[in-house]
Amino acid sequence: MKNEPREIGYLTYDVLKEKIGLPSKERLAKGPVAIIECTEDIPCDPCVEACKLGAISKESLITPPTIDYEKCTGCTLCVDVCPGLAIFVINVNYKEEKALVSIPYEMLPVPERREKVDTLDRSGKKIGEGEIIKVRRGKRETFVVSVAVDKNLATEARSIKIQKEENE
Amino acid sequence: MGTIQRIWRHPILDFKRGRSVRFQFEGKRIEGYENESIAVALFASGVKVFGRSRRFNHPMGWFCGIGKCSSCLMRVNGIPNVRTCITPVREGMRVELQGRKGVLPDEPNIKVKKKEEYVRVLIIGSGPAGLETGITSTKLGLDTLIIDENPIPGGQLIKQTHKFFGSKKEYAGLRGFEIAKTMLEGLRKCGGRYLTETSAIGYYWKNKKHKFLAVQKQEDGYQLLEIKADNIVVTSGASENYLPFPRNYLPGVYGAGGVQTLMNVYGVKPGNKALIVGAGNVGLIIGYQLLQAGVEVKALIEAMPHVGGYLVHASKLARLGVPILLRHTIKEAKGEEYVNGATIIEVDENKQPIEGTERKLDVDLILIAVGLSASTKILSQAGCEKMFVQELGGWIPIHNENMETTIDGIYVAGDGSGIAEASTAMLEGRIAGAAIAEREGYNPEDARRIREDAFSELSKLRQSSSLKIVAEGKRKCQQRWNEVKSHEK
Repeated sequence: MKNEPREIGYLTYDVLKEKIGLPSKERLAKGPVAIIECTEDIPCDPCVEACKLGAISKESLITPPTIDYEKCTGCTLCVDVCPGLAIFVINVNYKEEKALVSIPYEMLPVPERREKVDTLDRSGKKIGEGEIIKVRRGKRETFVVSVAVDKNLATEARSIKIQKEENE
Repeated sequence: MGTIQRIWRHPILDFKRGRSVRFQFEGKRIEGYENESIAVALFASGVKVFGRSRRFNHPMGWFCGIGKCSSCLMRVNGIPNVRTCITPVREGMRVELQGRKGVLPDEPNIKVKKKEEYVRVLIIGSGPAGLETGITSTKLGLDTLIIDENPIPGGQLIKQTHKFFGSKKEYAGLRGFEIAKTMLEGLRKCGGRYLTETSAIGYYWKNKKHKFLAVQKQEDGYQLLEIKADNIVVTSGASENYLPFPRNYLPGVYGAGGVQTLMNVYGVKPGNKALIVGAGNVGLIIGYQLLQAGVEVKALIEAMPHVGGYLVHASKLARLGVPILLRHTIKEAKGEEYVNGATIIEVDENKQPIEGTERKLDVDLILIAVGLSASTKILSQAGCEKMFVQELGGWIPIHNENMETTIDGIYVAGDGSGIAEASTAMLEGRIAGAAIAEREGYNPEDARRIREDAFSELSKLRQSSSLKIVAEGKRKCQQRWNEVKSHEK
């Protein structure tokens, strides 16, 4: 099968849609929502506990989590708790032409508000530029960085790269 | 070859270095920090060649970085065969390359004190399995002692900067080094004891008791410990597998785990541009950790057609732009005194190299992450029977579900009993500790409950696809244990 995640090392939008089910257009239009990009049976459950609204559940410790998109408000509290750094929050309603994507971040330097950064997709390919809107220091030194990207990139932008200073 | 830098800023870690100390290496003055190992202090000041091969005089560096592989042996204050990777550097030390053989000094000026100990439970190794055994058995009322040859307790947890999977009981969501801290605190609270820089060097059977000789390094010499114990739990972990390829001896080719120690425990950058061989969890995790330390990762290669580790670990690397090249292997390392490049090559379904697909990579660091082997030498010496179990990473001591080996009163837990991961190592340790308490009559009711809870948790974890294989290996092992025991009768 083409794009079999374990044969390329990352998930793709199509696989995600099939394996975990993505929020409906109507739900996306309502505002921020978490996407849990975790498809394997990892014995792990901090996300379930992190969600104060009970939107995330696991059938057993080893099944992948499922999320109730109607209960989820996109608060991002699960983003910095997930040990696999596999949860992202997207808000396609952020601005007329921009969506906001919140990403777990554990590298240096930590970007600053209003900074321009490159946005990368799941394979690490640059797909555009974005502006950092919010930087939250989450649990145990994991930052949650929210970046504004072109609306059509909301389901693809999953990483950022700091742009090198020009005078360097 | 670039300058080796100490890491001053890190996204997760805050390195607390001790006072600076001066010592001599080959007559030259070198500076290091108190609390770091000789090998690390040397490496941080640019020394990479730790010895030469006997036959071809090839330059060689350290490899495992955790006191197991013997490639960092040097003469320290006149004493040969000192494992510099686990020996702390001290002011005024005299360190020399020891040549091909470790020649003993004519008049050794070594102070050796002697001390005897008797404990109910002696645990060898202070990683997740050892600490959990210690906490469990101490809480149940047994007099317990943990010894570890490393200067810092906590096994390989201390160099893990990623948050661990698992459930709350096994510290899910904490980073590895935080788990070590939490467990050590737990051990301290219940009054458990541990000794660091203490190597178990030999097993004896005396007056119907197990006895271990151990050597403890001290500020001004050594202490020989004679430890008698009713029960032994060996939680000695595992060592990194090696990989044969031309020029694999060069300094710059290191075990992934050793680099984690250098980088995440001591805050020293291992190089500038890395190639990682192996896409299991170790290879994937170290890739991410290298990026956190400011090292560029040129590629991660894997001979299999798919990643071996968890997809979430691979995804973390992929989206940061690290190429994950499957069906690839390393053809050779380049360089004379130190790695300055590597050639990789594609392989076919039978893992045979496909000529013409070679590609050169500009790297100064090659990390080997192709699996681990259980460290079981001390158990062999004690006479525990071993068997080869593919599912558990090779030769392992035969043990039953209570983690008892074929010798009465000698137990094993963690990677030393078969390669798996930290949560299950803890559970095995808990089982061993509780099983001993139950047998010795220390709070046997509580002990049985703890043991049974741990069994059910363990079997739950082992239903996951990555650990199913471990469950199968352990089943074979138990079966064999039954056979050995029925023969004895």
